[in-house]
Amino acid sequence: MSDLLRLATAGSVDDGKSTLVGRLLYDTKSVLADTLDAVHRASADRGLTTPDLSLLVDGLRSEREQGITIDVAYRYFATPKRSFVLADTPGHVQYTRNTVTGASTAQLGVLLVDARKGVIEQTRRHAAVLALLGVPRLVLAVNKIDLVDFDEVTFARIAKEFTAHATALGYAEDAVVEIPVSALAGDNVVERSARTPWYDGPTLLEHLESVPVEPDAHDAPFRFPVQYVIRPRTAEHPDYRGYAGQVAAGTVRVGDEIAVLPAGLRSTVTGIDTADGPLPEAAAGHSVTLLLAHDLDISRGDLIATAGQPPRVTDEFDATVCWLSEKPLTPGARVLVKHGTRTVQAIVTELRTRFDEQKLGSTDAPDSLSLNEIGQVSVRTAEPIPVDDYTKDRRTGAFLVIDAADGSTLAAGLVGAPLPEVDGVDSCTEGGDAALPDNHALVSPGP
Amino acid sequence: MTTATALDTLGRLESEAIHIFREVAGEFDRPVILFSGGKDSTLLLHLAVKAFWPAPVPFPLLHVDTGHNFDEVIEFRDQVVARHGLRLEVAKVQDYIDDGRLAERPDGTRNPLQTVPLLDAITGHKFDAVFGGGRRDEERARAKERIFSLRNSFGQWEPRRQRPELWNLYNGRHRPGEHVRVFPLSNWTELDVWHYIAREGIELPSIYYAHRREVYLRDGMWLAEGPWGGPREGEEKLEKTIRYRTVGDGSCTGAVESDAADIEAVIAEVAASRLTERGATRADDRLSEAAMEDRKREGYF
Repeated sequence: MSDLLRLATAGSVDDGKSTLVGRLLYDTKSVLADTLDAVHRASADRGLTTPDLSLLVDGLRSEREQGITIDVAYRYFATPKRSFVLADTPGHVQYTRNTVTGASTAQLGVLLVDARKGVIEQTRRHAAVLALLGVPRLVLAVNKIDLVDFDEVTFARIAKEFTAHATALGYAEDAVVEIPVSALAGDNVVERSARTPWYDGPTLLEHLESVPVEPDAHDAPFRFPVQYVIRPRTAEHPDYRGYAGQVAAGTVRVGDEIAVLPAGLRSTVTGIDTADGPLPEAAAGHSVTLLLAHDLDISRGDLIATAGQPPRVTDEFDATVCWLSEKPLTPGARVLVKHGTRTVQAIVTELRTRFDEQKLGSTDAPDSLSLNEIGQVSVRTAEPIPVDDYTKDRRTGAFLVIDAADGSTLAAGLVGAPLPEVDGVDSCTEGGDAALPDNHALVSPGP
Repeated sequence: MTTATALDTLGRLESEAIHIFREVAGEFDRPVILFSGGKDSTLLLHLAVKAFWPAPVPFPLLHVDTGHNFDEVIEFRDQVVARHGLRLEVAKVQDYIDDGRLAERPDGTRNPLQTVPLLDAITGHKFDAVFGGGRRDEERARAKERIFSLRNSFGQWEPRRQRPELWNLYNGRHRPGEHVRVFPLSNWTELDVWHYIAREGIELPSIYYAHRREVYLRDGMWLAEGPWGGPREGEEKLEKTIRYRTVGDGSCTGAVESDAADIEAVIAEVAASRLTERGATRADDRLSEAAMEDRKREGYF
């Protein structure tokens, strides 16, 4: 079992996400006395009689003033069983891009709903974003269960609806767990609640401690974006030439045959170096330096891959993008694509579909994608790049879309990733809507 | 997989930091490592050495010297720099006070005064990437910090305008005059730092371990005598067995009473402590609820 779990929270504003995170930290005794004193003082200053646990995590002035979370924060806590890195992401619609940020590296997503409201559109949307980004497991924390009198029927109804939604998004049933909690009072977060005798599942923490973590893709085909060429030119190492990088997927062994892409050169691995000495093999996640049998022209931006199963090298591909910028995307946009360690000029030649957040299906060719919208696009790059499908490899299938003029990050890109389709929505039947892209939600029939 | 290649937590953190160092080396023209001789910057340098081995670290170091240093730390700083054959730039707060560009604060602390010399050094040397040892577990505002953090031409952090940071694809693009602060230790906790120092046998300034020293009590913290003034009237000097948990400007860095004379004892003490590193010994964070955020907005690390 892995000793580390990376998780991301998501949920609608005011559903108590910061309080839940504060409660997790507080009840696992991850909050030290001086920090807690500060929260007690700040709560008292605001006229509260009990400490406001959300103040543990909402660290920015404007967050504390408004009582909302604006930006992703990373929290660290540990129990004797496991360490946790938690990306605490905001729920406000205009900050959904931060859900994408948190989800890009998460192994588990914790979605919150208010037990009084149940599964709402934002829940469905966040679950779809987590599914799209390839987060392997979900937890639905049905919060404020105290405000529905710890009602089993209410919980069961919400759990059933969420399971159905998650399985429609492609999750196996055992990858999704629902837990009734009260973040404010602490029920079933760390301590088991006596007020939900009908619930026999784990508390949130018990689940986080025991949920299987998908191992790094050690068995996947080997992928290694070259970051930097190490050439000491010192008396001790006059001829040393090593290719430094982090193994993105798979395993490499001394003696392996490799291909260098996009050029397509071949060679053999003669050494795997680290500052601590040579290794016989290195697997996903490991930063190493590769030595090769031949003196090839290899530089930052190249990808070293197993010769037997190389990625596809192409200058045209389809991808899903999560648009993260206020500047909308229109067809023909000239952008930069950062894939692995290579940044290339690119044109978004076509907007193929837009993800319809109301119906959780996709609609036909939009005129533009704006902030927080997700859609499928066609991309043409100025030079060929080696890509895998995102669903096969989260690292070599991912890319950034960058604004060439001001350097800002415009979008998260996922090569080939199909948009989630729920409830059998068939985008082909909606061709007539293409002329009215902005009115989709209005003209489409109800479920 | 049960081979030696499966990484444990420290291995993952090390690998991530090395990846970050190499990204910066690959994409920026003039990076620099902020180096004070404290444990976080010593760890940072250790990781940089590993990232480029067997080649030398391709960056110079920069120390923003408040003039309120512990002798042991400056001595250690110079030894480490010499051992690795690196170039050290020093920006001195004292120079700014001497020629009137900065004024001594009434409370005597010089920590907040570091911002101007830091930004001047960045501009003067045209540094475009500045590595710092900041960790997200240190403070609420730090928890919001990206690994690549864009600063405008005034060196300011704008929390509402941070770039999303996705996968391990870091966007280091910046316009002339802007620079990027880079935090390879973002995902480390204080305990991770100490466990790693133990695992790697990293040498630190001696004052991190228990020793006898004359100190006096001010605002609940044990301060040592030094160029920062004190003890003042009514502050009694006592000899105590103490150690330092953080090492910064002497005027606002307090010692903790401790018998932890070696690394195992320090790890046990940190693991059992009910006080955070900064809360225990850093007066500058106590100024207001958002003291760190406010300083970062001004350009502080």
